[in-house]
Amino acid sequence: MNLPESYKYTKSHEWIEVAEAAGTVGITDHAQNELSDVVFVELPEIGRTVEAGEAVAVVESVKAASDIYSPVSGEITAVNETLSNDPALVNSGAFTDGWLFKIKLSDVDELEALLPAGQYAKEIDS
Amino acid sequence: MPLKKPNIKKSPLHTAHEKLGAKMIPFSGWEMPVQYSGIIQEHQAVRRTVGMFDISHMGVLTVTGTKSESWLNTMLTNDIRGTAVGEGQYTLMLNEKGGVIDDLLAYRTGEQKFMLVVNAARLEEDWAWLQEHLAAGVDLANTSEDLAALAIQGPKASELIEKVFPQQSILPRRHKIFFWEESEPPLWISRTGYTGEDGFELFFAAEEATGLWDRFLKRMEALDGLPSGLGARDTLRLEAGLPLNGNDLSAEITPLEAGLKPFVNFDKPEKFIGSSVLREQLESGVPRKAMAFLMQGKAPPPRVGYEIFVENEKIGVVTSGAITPTIACGNGLAIVDIAFAEPDQDVEVEIRGKRYPGRLARKPLYRRKQ
Repeated sequence: MNLPESYKYTKSHEWIEVAEAAGTVGITDHAQNELSDVVFVELPEIGRTVEAGEAVAVVESVKAASDIYSPVSGEITAVNETLSNDPALVNSGAFTDGWLFKIKLSDVDELEALLPAGQYAKEIDS
Repeated sequence: MPLKKPNIKKSPLHTAHEKLGAKMIPFSGWEMPVQYSGIIQEHQAVRRTVGMFDISHMGVLTVTGTKSESWLNTMLTNDIRGTAVGEGQYTLMLNEKGGVIDDLLAYRTGEQKFMLVVNAARLEEDWAWLQEHLAAGVDLANTSEDLAALAIQGPKASELIEKVFPQQSILPRRHKIFFWEESEPPLWISRTGYTGEDGFELFFAAEEATGLWDRFLKRMEALDGLPSGLGARDTLRLEAGLPLNGNDLSAEITPLEAGLKPFVNFDKPEKFIGSSVLREQLESGVPRKAMAFLMQGKAPPPRVGYEIFVENEKIGVVTSGAITPTIACGNGLAIVDIAFAEPDQDVEVEIRGKRYPGRLARKPLYRRKQ
């Protein structure tokens, strides 16, 4: 599987791409594949302050609703509005166009607790 | 010491599913395919062309004996006397309170021989209940384990059947069942289904399953058909307003509340279990009723257990729901207070603490073009 090397990952299958203290968060290709056809995405309100590990969004497939946890603490600065009309972007572009929200990190040190690509790959392989 | 795994049953087609890369899930004590290529695609294949489902998990009971007809009429709500040999009917088995134990198809396969096709999840319960009430002159057998079953569903279902069995010139009509003795393999073929489309269900010896599956797969390709899993089966039946036992039917819901009165016969000579409660309900009126509903505007998919409100008063609960491919918005089945059980009644469905507008509707929401 093609995991972007520059991203960090969680065991609950979110990814975050960080530039300075601004992060973009989504779910991994493995996660979208497990969920299959996404039909609805519920996104957090812009401006909301969240803790690392807090449930902030819901991705719903035909069969089930799955909570999405923020990989880091911070403030939500943007959400992917296109998902409201095209939730299937989460399936077709999990690592790209299917991103969920952007977050201003309150503590960049939290990134060290996340998994690098190689380690996440092992995680989903086992 | 490794933990002992619960005894999960596998369909005779288990290897065939894995070969196709199916996603397998536990379902009613079985491991069954929830999807192959994707629920939406498979759903569309059934609506537009044809889909094939492994339904080997369904229970099959055989009832024989001189008293089998009158006994079945005491155990089931519909009147089995009305069926000729080779005919079937949808019917329900109730508890003493008039609640649903199971919904099933009963076929008369001989003068004094019947085949009951029951839900996998209820097979054990059905068996125990029927055994408990067994009468003289009736023999009951569980043939579920020996049989595999396929459902072939969609507007091209009969074309596919004709391609796989070119020597069979006559297909059963709706609710009829044939035994094809000369076909390879010999099988029971009935014209019914759980998708809202035309279609067939085939029952045959378990050891024939892989061979027949492969023959269907090969012929389906030219028709743009797809092997389809439980996921699509659920969205298809939901749009067609067909109840799922355990969701839309339960030991607490009577068939009258579920809107299944056409399958309850009060005029037959035998008194069926649960009939007195149903008779009372018939006279005094049901307190609540199953309705379809449609979400209005953008909303998360409605799911089982979500509460339904009219002006802050809780009036019902979702029994099945989803955003389904053909209807393309949130919809489902609900049970609501009788005072509000009218088409076009505006309601709100509470989802994660927030209320979203919806509207009640007559079921089914989807009806195929004849």
